[in-house]
Order: sequence, then structure tokens, then C-alpha cells
Amino acid sequence: MSAGMEIGAAVGKTIFIVMFALSLGGLLTWVERKQSAVMQDRIGANRASILGFRVWGLFHIIADAVKMFTKEDFVPDTPHKFIHALAPVLSIFFALLSFAVIPFGSSIVIAGQSIGLQVADVNVGILFIFAMMSVAVYGVVLAGWSSNNNYSLLGGVRATAQMISYEITFGLTLVGVIMIFQTLSLQEIVRAQGGLLFGFLPMWGVFLQPLGFLLFMTAAIAETKRIPFDIPEGESEIIGFFLEYSSMKFGMFMFADFIEQILVASMVTTFFFGGWQVPYLGDGGFVFPWGSTIDMNTWLVESLRVISFVLKVSFFCWLQMLIRWTLPRFRFDQLMNLGWKILLPLSLANALVTAIIVLWIGR
Amino acid sequence: MSKTQTEIKIREKAEQTLPLEGRHGNNVIITSVDKVLSWARQSSVWPMSFGLACCAIEMMATAAGRFDIDRFGMGVMRASPRQSDLMIVAGTVTMKMALRVKKLYEQMPEPKYVLSMGSCATCGGPYWKHGYHVLKGVDQIVPVDVYVAGCPPRPEALLEGLMMIQEKIKREEMLGKKLAPVMAA
Repeated sequence: MSAGMEIGAAVGKTIFIVMFALSLGGLLTWVERKQSAVMQDRIGANRASILGFRVWGLFHIIADAVKMFTKEDFVPDTPHKFIHALAPVLSIFFALLSFAVIPFGSSIVIAGQSIGLQVADVNVGILFIFAMMSVAVYGVVLAGWSSNNNYSLLGGVRATAQMISYEITFGLTLVGVIMIFQTLSLQEIVRAQGGLLFGFLPMWGVFLQPLGFLLFMTAAIAETKRIPFDIPEGESEIIGFFLEYSSMKFGMFMFADFIEQILVASMVTTFFFGGWQVPYLGDGGFVFPWGSTIDMNTWLVESLRVISFVLKVSFFCWLQMLIRWTLPRFRFDQLMNLGWKILLPLSLANALVTAIIVLWIGR
Repeated sequence: MSKTQTEIKIREKAEQTLPLEGRHGNNVIITSVDKVLSWARQSSVWPMSFGLACCAIEMMATAAGRFDIDRFGMGVMRASPRQSDLMIVAGTVTMKMALRVKKLYEQMPEPKYVLSMGSCATCGGPYWKHGYHVLKGVDQIVPVDVYVAGCPPRPEALLEGLMMIQEKIKREEMLGKKLAPVMAA
């Protein structure tokens, strides 16, 4: 492949995945409002209009953004003004960087060259995502510390304790997935999920690791610091790490939350719901288990796969919204008990049982 | 150069630099920016979630399902004054609380608005005559934009007050004067 084409493909893929994350993140702010409105028997934001069009309140996204950009940017009296400005950037940057290894399609052929639909097909993809999510803790901790405010600092400390506790479960639940598919590359994991179990069931991670999926989803929601695990923020009573942030710096923290939510949705999709796989869709079209086939050309197959990835991610974003508006917040000791006494032993047991089965089948 | 001449020079320079809106009139760009800004600000007024007395219960009712201020984009009640645009002074402002209310107002970043909800916050209400411990109107410590009458005001009255805040933001100009307070309901 020529160097120019390689660079062009990389830039195109990067723009696609970043735009996907950013625009879906913006849309999620609206979905959050409407979801809460639907669940609380309200109407929800719908009055912002441009030229008389209201479009179900979608313009409130623009209004919020313009307002936050033009609001006074408050900086507290702190010796760490640079770190204070850096913290929201760190939060959002590492959340976006993790999207580099998420595969959103198989591969397309342009001018005789095969281009994989994934920004970087690194063979340690899972470790890369874990590294990025661990570094994202710094954004929160530095925000709490540099605000020169006791409540912010305590919020940052709570966030550290919570995120480090749940990262262990987060990693251990994926050990089962890694053992089953025998690879750390995300594209390989998705490809391996294209097979069939018992001749009719798609070989998705959720059918091989049902307990792993539940544990992963719980730990992942705790990682994104959203209700029921929003103790670092605790808006209404215990006040969290972004207490001293105003205008768009606060907006970036809020946006980073939504980006992380999309990241979690894409990870769940990739590891447990077949990533871009459509059930029974092979490279040449549908092959159903009852024998009938539908032939398709490669471009149609590839677009179906990308659409399937986007739909699955949207579904899991919506599921997280549903959980967020259903459950109340945990107390801090309940959170620690859940993390260390329930999730951690369960994930260890899951890894052990998976290891025994994998060894037994492989023998 | 004599002392008076220097003084005249300084005054002339000050006159040239200070009243910007007077010199340029309503510049086309400024008005368009004004329109966009006030449209965005009036569609996204985030109130601070704090209440002082029984008016706060009516405020909560206004935010809940039957009246729903989220329709106007005001549903995002922020816990921190740094992130809020509107302070709803909902209830009796005692002398002790007055200091906190003023501090909260000062902690809010610009542009910020104040809505005085109910008789107590507006003028002391039932504590007007014998309330040695009650501030006779929150406008003695912070600039109020809209007064809502009632004891406590019904959610409909608060809704009208909030819509008047929106109306005020709509008429606001970036370089213009601060608009006079209005009375709702």
C-alpha cells in the first residue's frame, strides 16, 4: 500500500470515529433529558426554536453549548491554575483516545488495497483501553486537587477509591473473554464472534460469558461515574470534584461522561455482542441456518456491518440511560462492599471456571 | 502644559474610550451576536438548587411532572453556584441566611439572574412588622430581576416569573444597560 493512501485512510478513519463519538455524545445530552422526562411523566425540553421549528427540543443542545461557551470562566484562587485548566482536557482526551482500537467494521477494498475499519489494529488492544481508562482517573483527581476546595478534594479522593476498586473487576471479567478467543486484538475478538453455536446461535460473547457480561456492565457503569455509582459527583448532597468549574470547563467534564458512556457501550458491543457482526451475515451475504442464502456485494455487506455496530452502541447507551434514571445512589460503604466482596470474588470464579472449561475442551 | 489642560485631555480621552454603544449605534454584527447569545441563554437557564422555606416546596412542584420547567430548558438544577445562571430565592431570608445568600450570589459567574419568589423574599412577608430576624426583601443584598408575588406562589406563578426572566434575557443587549426589575403575577 502506498504511503499517501495509508495516511489518507488513517485520517479518514480517525475523523469518522471521533465525529461518531462527539456527535453521539452531543445527542446523548438530549436523550438524557428526554429519557428522564419520559420516565418521570414529563414533556422535557422542547421550547428552544430556530425560525419557528422546535424539532423535539433538539436545539437545546446548541443553546446549552453556546451558553456554556459564553459564560464567565471562573478560576479559583489556587496556585495550580495550569493543572486546573488541564484536568478537563485530560478527562476528555483519554476517553476519545480509547476509540482508536475499537473496530467499527471489517475491511473495505479501495483500488485493490484492503483497508481495515479500525483506526489502529494493535495486538494489545484490550490493554491499551485499560491503560487509557486508568489514566483518565488523573483528570478527576487533578480537578479535585487543583480546585483548592475541601469538597472538591474529597470528591476526587472518592473518585480514586471507586475507580481503582472497580478497575480490578473490570479487567478480571475480560480475562474470560481473552481465554475463550485466545487474543488481545479487538478486531480478532470480533471476527471470532462470527461463528455459530450449536448450528444456530451466533457465537457472541454474551452467550459464552453471561456472568462476565453482567459483571463487566456493572463495573463499567461504575467506571463512568454515573448513577447508581455517582459518588464522586454526588451533585445534590455530597458535592464532587467539579464543584469549582464553571462554563465550558464544567461542560467538558459533563461531555467526557457521555463520551465514556459511548466508550463503555462500544466495549460491551465489541466483547459481548459481536461488534460489527450481523447474525448469519458472511462476507458474501446472508447464510441462514435453515439453508437459504441471500447474495450481496461487499459494499452492502460492509455498510450493514457498520450500521449494525452503530445501532448496537446506541442501544447500550440507551440501556445505561435507563439504568441511570431507575436506580438511586449507593452509599460509599455499599459501593465498596459491592466492589470488593461481591464483584471481585464472582469475577475470579468466572475466570477460574472459564479456564477449566477452556482447558478441558482444548484437551 | 498646565494642570487644567492635562485634566481636559484626560477627560477627552475617557469620553472617547468609555461609551462604546453610543459611538457605534446598534452595530449590525453586535445585534446579531446579541440575538444568538440571548437565544442560547434564554433556552438554557440553569437554576441553582437551593430553597430557604416553604416556597421551595412549590419550586420543587414546578420542577416535577405536572408543571415541568425542563420544557424551557431550565430542568438542569445545578448544585454548585459556579455552574448555575439563575438564583431562585425561594423563601424567608433570615438575617443569618442573608450572608449566605449574598455569598452564593457572588459565587455565581456572569451572566446571572435573581428571581425573588414569594412575599418573604420580596418584602419580608408576614414577618414584615415583628420579624426582628428577617431581612425585609432580598433586594437589599442582591439585585433582583423578577419578583413573584404569593405566599407561597403557586407553581403557575413561578412559571410566569421564569418566563419573564426569559423575556428579559431576550431583550438584553451585550453593551446595553441592565434592565429594570419586573413584577410577575
